[in-house]
Amino acid sequence: MPTLLEARELGRCLPLGETWLLRDVSLEINAGDRLAVVGPTGAGKTVLLRALAMLDPFDAGEIRWHNQPVADVEIPDFRRQVVYLHQRPVLWEQSVETNLRLPYELKGHAKKQFDRDRVVALFEHVGRDASFLGKPARDLSGGEGQLVALIRAMQLDPGILLLDEPTAALDAATSRSIEQLVARWFEESSSGRAYLWVSHDSEQVGRIAQQVYQMTAGSIQRA
Amino acid sequence: MQSEYIELTYVEIGLASVLILINGAVSLLLKLRLERSLLLAAVRTVIQLVLIGLVLDWVFDLNRWYAVLLLVFGMTVVAGGAAVHRTERRYPGIYFDAILSVWISSWLMAAFALLVLLRRVDPWYQAQYSIPLVGMILGNTLTGVSLGLNRLGEELSSHRDQVELMLTLGATRWEAARRAVQQAVRTGMIPIINSMMIVGIVSLPGMMTGQLLAGVEPTQAVMYQIVIMFLIASGIALGTLGAVLLSYRRLFNDRHQFCYGKLDSV
Repeated sequence: MPTLLEARELGRCLPLGETWLLRDVSLEINAGDRLAVVGPTGAGKTVLLRALAMLDPFDAGEIRWHNQPVADVEIPDFRRQVVYLHQRPVLWEQSVETNLRLPYELKGHAKKQFDRDRVVALFEHVGRDASFLGKPARDLSGGEGQLVALIRAMQLDPGILLLDEPTAALDAATSRSIEQLVARWFEESSSGRAYLWVSHDSEQVGRIAQQVYQMTAGSIQRA
Repeated sequence: MQSEYIELTYVEIGLASVLILINGAVSLLLKLRLERSLLLAAVRTVIQLVLIGLVLDWVFDLNRWYAVLLLVFGMTVVAGGAAVHRTERRYPGIYFDAILSVWISSWLMAAFALLVLLRRVDPWYQAQYSIPLVGMILGNTLTGVSLGLNRLGEELSSHRDQVELMLTLGATRWEAARRAVQQAVRTGMIPIINSMMIVGIVSLPGMMTGQLLAGVEPTQAVMYQIVIMFLIASGIALGTLGAVLLSYRRLFNDRHQFCYGKLDSV
């Protein structure tokens, strides 16, 4: 399968300090990869995911997309393909539908159109009907908020999802819903998608991942 | 009406000081604990104004372009610094950004006033016109710049998650920061817009009052005030927009990353 994203010897250290948050991290994400990252708190898992999405500056190494370096001006396009999902869902206070329509206000998604039927089908897949779209985001539970955030990302058809412990604070049923949604997104494309999922739950890792990476003190290795 | 005014002596200053003493006595009586601040503020008012009076006397007498420019340059740097002191959240380079925006906006407005509106002023740098003009524009621009910078820092800080979310969904740095930038510029402009709404109805502006006291005809004083208000509003708009955009460029790098760590790092 073709390589989608490649991190070469990524390094990130604290300003004015000797402490490396990431050190010599090299990783390939190929189409069809279902990867999990595990490791203790503070090992650098979030730092890694944010670096892969090029959300934070890094001090060494490079990120390549389809075997090419990513130029500064291409980074918004890159992030439309490599979407980072926060551990705690970030939502506007308005309705669920407003939150789902939000990305289409961006220049980069202007050619796409919000497909209400498609998102309704996705919500129905996890047991919510169309009326859920009218619900104010402030009234959602943490799990419901995470479902909205995930569907908001999925509807944009990214090539890679970087999932930062999306089920960490959720009950078992909602966690399963999140897993089902990600599996559905993963399987619906013929061109091959991939995800990198940070999780502390070893049973979940067994269900979602074909390859597991262990992070320790900013370094990564295959488990 | 003749351009005459009643000269003040130390006796009148002394009498006016009695008012401050009364205020201090009220503070003591009501245990407001404002007497020390009031005394300090009054003493600073006297010292600062006497000093600037001496400097102005010297510059007015000299009436040379370099003396005028030196004085207004000093005033500009102080104004830029004062704009930053009123902000809650700072980042490396904020002083440069504030001074540069205050400088360019105020000097451009003053140049427009001296070279276009008051083109009969000869020489163009005549201290009688240039210094009060720049002073008024600077004083107001610094308020706009400080309000704008402060609001930008607050907006970006309190909506950090939303800003980052936009970036994760493929927004450009401008798309992610636009709302905060708009709010910041609006906040900087609100005081002058409010002033323009009520000018002449609720209060007479300082310059117009000064001119009336100095014996200038009310129509002329009004015309000067209108011109000054427009110059001030434009100076604030330009200064606030400049400062906010310069901050935005520092807080969002070319890689469309929000450098949140820079905020509060000064």
